[in-house]
Amino acid sequence: MKPVLIRGGRIVDPTQKLDGVGDVLLQDGKVVATGQGIGRPDGATVLDATGLIVAPGLIDVHVHLREPGHEDRETIATGAASAVAGGFTGVCAMPNTDPVIDNQGAVGFVKAKGEAAGLARVYPIGCVSVGQRGEQLAEFGEMVGAGAVAVSDDGHPVMSSHLMRTALEYAQTFGIPVADHCEDMPLAHGGQMHEGLVSTRLGLKGIPSAAEEIHVARDIILAELTGGHVHLCHMSTRGSVELIRRAKEKGLRVTAESAPHHFTLTHDRCEGYDTNAKMNPPLREAEDRQAIRQALADGTLDCIATDHAPHHYDAKEREFDDAPNGIIGLETALSLALRELVAPGLLSLLTLIERMSAAPARLWHLPGGSLRPGTVADVVVFDPAVTWTVNPAAFRSKSRNTPWGGEVLPGRVRWTLVDGRVVYQAAGQ
Amino acid sequence: MSTAILGKDLVGLEPLSGDQIRAILDTAEPFKEVSERQIKKVPALRGKTIVNLFYEASTRTRISFEFAEKRLSADTVNVQAAGSSISKGETLVDTARNLEAMRIDMVVIRHGASGAAQFLGARIQSNVINAGDGKHEHPTQGLLDLLTLRDHFTNLAGLKVCIVGDVLHSRVARSNIWGLTKLGAQVAVCGPATLLPRDIAELGVTVFRHVAEAIQWADALNVLRLQLERMTAGFIPSLREYNRVFGVTNERLARAPKDILIMHPGPMNRGVEIDSDVADGPHSVILPQVTNGVAVRMAVLYLLAGGSPDWAAGGGDTA
Repeated sequence: MKPVLIRGGRIVDPTQKLDGVGDVLLQDGKVVATGQGIGRPDGATVLDATGLIVAPGLIDVHVHLREPGHEDRETIATGAASAVAGGFTGVCAMPNTDPVIDNQGAVGFVKAKGEAAGLARVYPIGCVSVGQRGEQLAEFGEMVGAGAVAVSDDGHPVMSSHLMRTALEYAQTFGIPVADHCEDMPLAHGGQMHEGLVSTRLGLKGIPSAAEEIHVARDIILAELTGGHVHLCHMSTRGSVELIRRAKEKGLRVTAESAPHHFTLTHDRCEGYDTNAKMNPPLREAEDRQAIRQALADGTLDCIATDHAPHHYDAKEREFDDAPNGIIGLETALSLALRELVAPGLLSLLTLIERMSAAPARLWHLPGGSLRPGTVADVVVFDPAVTWTVNPAAFRSKSRNTPWGGEVLPGRVRWTLVDGRVVYQAAGQ
Repeated sequence: MSTAILGKDLVGLEPLSGDQIRAILDTAEPFKEVSERQIKKVPALRGKTIVNLFYEASTRTRISFEFAEKRLSADTVNVQAAGSSISKGETLVDTARNLEAMRIDMVVIRHGASGAAQFLGARIQSNVINAGDGKHEHPTQGLLDLLTLRDHFTNLAGLKVCIVGDVLHSRVARSNIWGLTKLGAQVAVCGPATLLPRDIAELGVTVFRHVAEAIQWADALNVLRLQLERMTAGFIPSLREYNRVFGVTNERLARAPKDILIMHPGPMNRGVEIDSDVADGPHSVILPQVTNGVAVRMAVLYLLAGGSPDWAAGGGDTA
């Protein structure tokens, strides 16, 4: 494979506390060197990154790629294409497909499809329980052997405290996190949006913040009981942030993510019954959004994960009660983070790359997340300043369900490289 | 043609101004008289086609709309959920587009999902009138309640109206809150905390936990129907206890400092949220509410069709 020299960009690598102009040399699928004035090896491809940011490729620990079962919404290949267009070099695919990914054969299918696509690295997540039914542990060991990097019943919470306890204990043999969707089901039952003034006005059944927080508190208590690694998915409330902060102060193995929509939007967005504002957990209040932003700044929340949730056009073109939850996020996440977190000065670029690349790699034991020599050559090169208009029809994703259609956002990916190969190049380059 | 009074659709009272609401009520006044005539018909909507699209069972509201439409000389079709393509799984938007392809002018929609009327209005060119959407709004019920109150109190500014019962699940409550506050009335709600929505006070209403307090305060009570399924869903322990604690009874009303006007949107659960001697008593305006419903719906249909209030004031006869 030809070496690639990324020349003259601003290198941002939190694992080396590096933020400065220089070159990055990639060869044989590895980072070979970072520094100034690296000579061009024979036959090397040169990417001129002058004025651009060069960072370890982004990693998203929470995406829904819909294959197998709902290939009309997304496939592993289109999801991986969407990922690299958004600067992601690795994505962790949630197992709530049809059928669910609860055995080694199914895990192998996802992994093979990801490798065949040859774009972003696709890491399968296996189910916590057989059939995601919340009763019997799935075969963690065999799934990890086939390539699973975590277990989760996402889409559903692990409601049984006994099952969650055993999952956290059993997962320790394999060194994988148990990622939980935190929602007290009886309390959230039938809810369509955040419970508050807006749900009262719209006459929609609300989901109180307490439904998430009760479950977060339980998971933290079980993490303490078991010493296991619990990863809390898509945190949305200020109360959850407070619980996680205290758990981290106690030194518990609790990690947590939040999604771009939760640091960008609030429940007001449901006005007019906009089904692209319907997600679970729901969009919350301004105080919650502020707490999420602050927690991403101070590290209480470890990483940004999109919860990329493709849905067919028809499915969202419905009454709010009947529309499915979720939006796609891979192609807008970096831009929203730049606008909402970096531009106001809450996060430096170095911290942003920590939350979107280094931390997910470190916490979930994934390759990449660093530009240290010897690391896999997964790199994103982006222009932080250029603006673009979100045109859902132009997405690489198969789905169009985004609340940001028509918005002008800053930051565009120029090149995405996986394993030292350019797998995405912005149009016109 | 004057479409200035209302927009294309009537989805709720929240988007309307006090002046718009007053204009509808003023337009309803002359239409009251039409229903008292020997020949209860004016030609105002002659040639207009109206579809009454009812996804939920309704007797009173559907019949009231149908009378209003017929007394304005419109051609009407009733589409019920049962026996239509609705029950075959066709989406709301497809049903509406198919109806519109038959060249209709208006759709009156009753639907179990909040926002359904607005959803429909945004997707078809016909006028859409919300006849109740989920727990959101029931604007013509709100308007007929306002008209009934205005008949008795003339001026609603400063009037104290308490909505009693299951506010959480009530579209009638929301339309009343918006309509009353926009006309300057003071509004309270009263009911078990399990049946009051979150942050309701932020809509500018007072919250009472005890009916006795509401009765001390109010000039009028609007008593909501308690759906029997609220008991199995765990919101209240029993209908019997509900009547004991939150029922509007003559015994409680006897302790009021003044006569209180009693309203109910129907259908009533006698002996649950309201006792029969209250419902049938001298201060009940429950049947005048029903009468006013036809007049208010005539006014809304007429205004959405582009009619002017001045013309309606002549009884709408001079087409």
